[in-house]
Amino acid sequence: MTMIFGVPLAVFMGQLLLGLINGAFYALLSLGLAVIFGLLKIVNFAHGAMYMLGAFATLLGMRYLGINYWAALLLAPLVVGLFGMLLERTMLRRIAHLDHLYGLLLTFGLALIFEGTLVNFFGVSGARYPTPEALQGGFQTGFMFLPTYRAWVLVAAIVVCFFTWYMIERTRLGAYLRAGTENPALMQAFGVNVPLLITLTYGFGVALAAFAGVLAAPLYPVSPTMGSNLLIVVFAVVVIGGMGSILGAVLTGLGMGLIEGLTKVYYPEAANTVIFLVMILVLLTRPAGLFGKEA
Amino acid sequence: MTFIKKTLTSSIALAAATLMATGAQAEMSDGEIRIGYLADMSGTYRDLAGPGGLEALRMAVEDVGGSINGAPIEVFSADDRNSADVGANTVREWFDTRNVDLVAGLVASSVTIAATRVIEENNGLGIVSGSAASSITNEHCTPNHIHWVYDTYPLANGTAKAIVDQGGDTWFMLTADYAFGHALEGDVTRVVEENGGEVVGGVRHPFPTDDFSSYILQAQGSGAKIIGLANAGADTVNAINTASQFGVVQSGQQLAGLLVFLNDVYAMGLETTQGLLLTTGWYWNMDEEAREWAERYYERVGRMPTMVQAGIYSSTKHYLDTVAELGTDDPVAVRAALGEKPINDFFSRNGRVREDGRMVHDMFLAEVKSPEASEHEWDLYEILATIPAEEAYRPLSESQCQLVQN
Repeated sequence: MTMIFGVPLAVFMGQLLLGLINGAFYALLSLGLAVIFGLLKIVNFAHGAMYMLGAFATLLGMRYLGINYWAALLLAPLVVGLFGMLLERTMLRRIAHLDHLYGLLLTFGLALIFEGTLVNFFGVSGARYPTPEALQGGFQTGFMFLPTYRAWVLVAAIVVCFFTWYMIERTRLGAYLRAGTENPALMQAFGVNVPLLITLTYGFGVALAAFAGVLAAPLYPVSPTMGSNLLIVVFAVVVIGGMGSILGAVLTGLGMGLIEGLTKVYYPEAANTVIFLVMILVLLTRPAGLFGKEA
Repeated sequence: MTFIKKTLTSSIALAAATLMATGAQAEMSDGEIRIGYLADMSGTYRDLAGPGGLEALRMAVEDVGGSINGAPIEVFSADDRNSADVGANTVREWFDTRNVDLVAGLVASSVTIAATRVIEENNGLGIVSGSAASSITNEHCTPNHIHWVYDTYPLANGTAKAIVDQGGDTWFMLTADYAFGHALEGDVTRVVEENGGEVVGGVRHPFPTDDFSSYILQAQGSGAKIIGLANAGADTVNAINTASQFGVVQSGQQLAGLLVFLNDVYAMGLETTQGLLLTTGWYWNMDEEAREWAERYYERVGRMPTMVQAGIYSSTKHYLDTVAELGTDDPVAVRAALGEKPINDFFSRNGRVREDGRMVHDMFLAEVKSPEASEHEWDLYEILATIPAEEAYRPLSESQCQLVQN
């Protein structure tokens, strides 16, 4: 058997694939964060909570309203996105002109409130969401048994990431959006409703997090703390990619998933810290991040 | 000089004692019995002890009437956030500013080891109900704490032995990378090897971990018959769920959950967990006495108690009864008295507190029921065998505790 640094090739390939799948989650979440930060300059610490709300909306939707997975894939991001817009309208807007720190504190506080409320009702053990029937089982890839659902997650996440990048960087709507954040007064003068644009953008970023939450529901126990565990890693990913860089967030997300996956094979004890080591190295050598533009 | 000092001190003490004996309240330090409950109230281990454990503790306080000899019992609590620093600092503060008489709860082993050191420095009393590491009454024993519910030694002795006896003789260990995981891994390895099995590999994963797919893949690659889970709480739940997604059982490997709590099985559901062997210190439906208490608890909390929550009631009740018998909450006197009487109640069978602080009692080997066999939502375990108290725990002859004469 071919060995790579003492690990059989088959195992090595399997780990790469799993890393890529985890990376897809990082990509989806950091993409939402990057959109919100890049366009609105809000450091959204409630992003993990929105991911968690997406998963909870899926779970509760099935339990009480009989909404199936495929419908939830659309409805949960919509509901959570609308909720996000409500937050933006009623709270974030009021502090938009202040330092970033205020937005950070506000969103962090909101996240704690959402999490604490749900812990109170559901505990932390979490509940299981069944894998949708069409995606049950798995197949042999030659080097590992790959559950169908994980393959689906990878494909779905990459499609959504590409769609988002295309919309923001290549369409007229995206151009308005970028211009609106660059110079809101001028865009207003052209007759574009910038405040609405900002609300929609925040809602979209939040919906991306909720979408990741729906994807995660059948994989991990749906629990109120699922978001906060992930959020710090995702922030590190955004910092490595360069705050606000959309392409950077996606590529770094996938890359960090790979690096973490390899760490789990060669030195599992460091699996939780490796991303932060990379972050330190990147900050030392390229303070604006790998894909960030120097300020 | 020393002589005079000694005589003086003892006469003052004598005088004080005589004086105190007249006023009933004065026998308790500060006229109050103060119990501090330290546990993970919001993280991974919340559901196995957490707020439910605090409620169990309150039940014990109510059952003795809320006061002893006129001295009210005060209960306060704190969230240790599974951090040894936070836990140790909280306990230190309790001693410095609140004169805590009993530190109860104590869940994550790393927190417990740090907190019991502070309890020893202050010559207080701690009763550990949630922690698993057997080292807590072995190399980390102190004269000031008791370990009540279970530890990694009987977990390994019960589950690992039963599995090796059934032919599961090659093991791959998935271990939580901290004190508890290491202790459990060590105890399991010893039991597996003593019974003719072999541990062929293992991974130590960070605590806590969400994604176990990589580790499950490594376990599959090892070819071991048994994947031993030396972790707890959400980590175990995640590992078992991931294993089921990757078809571990279908490909001929079996999982051994070495520390599985009632709330874990409840959360994962019987479909995923059926057939899982586990060792438990107590199960709510194991007999009439247990059921009776569990139903009282259920009415207050809305969930069935875990063995830890039951143990918190049991240990607090024994503590308060002993305080009432002695008429003092002096930690040294209470600790000594607890060691002298048999510990028997709805929770503990054939129990006694040894000199190393270990409360040994009968343990039980259980199997998770299939969905068809379960009659209602909390009907989860079938008790297969009783592991007698004296066989379940580490014998004193093997103890490294400095309180044990070997």
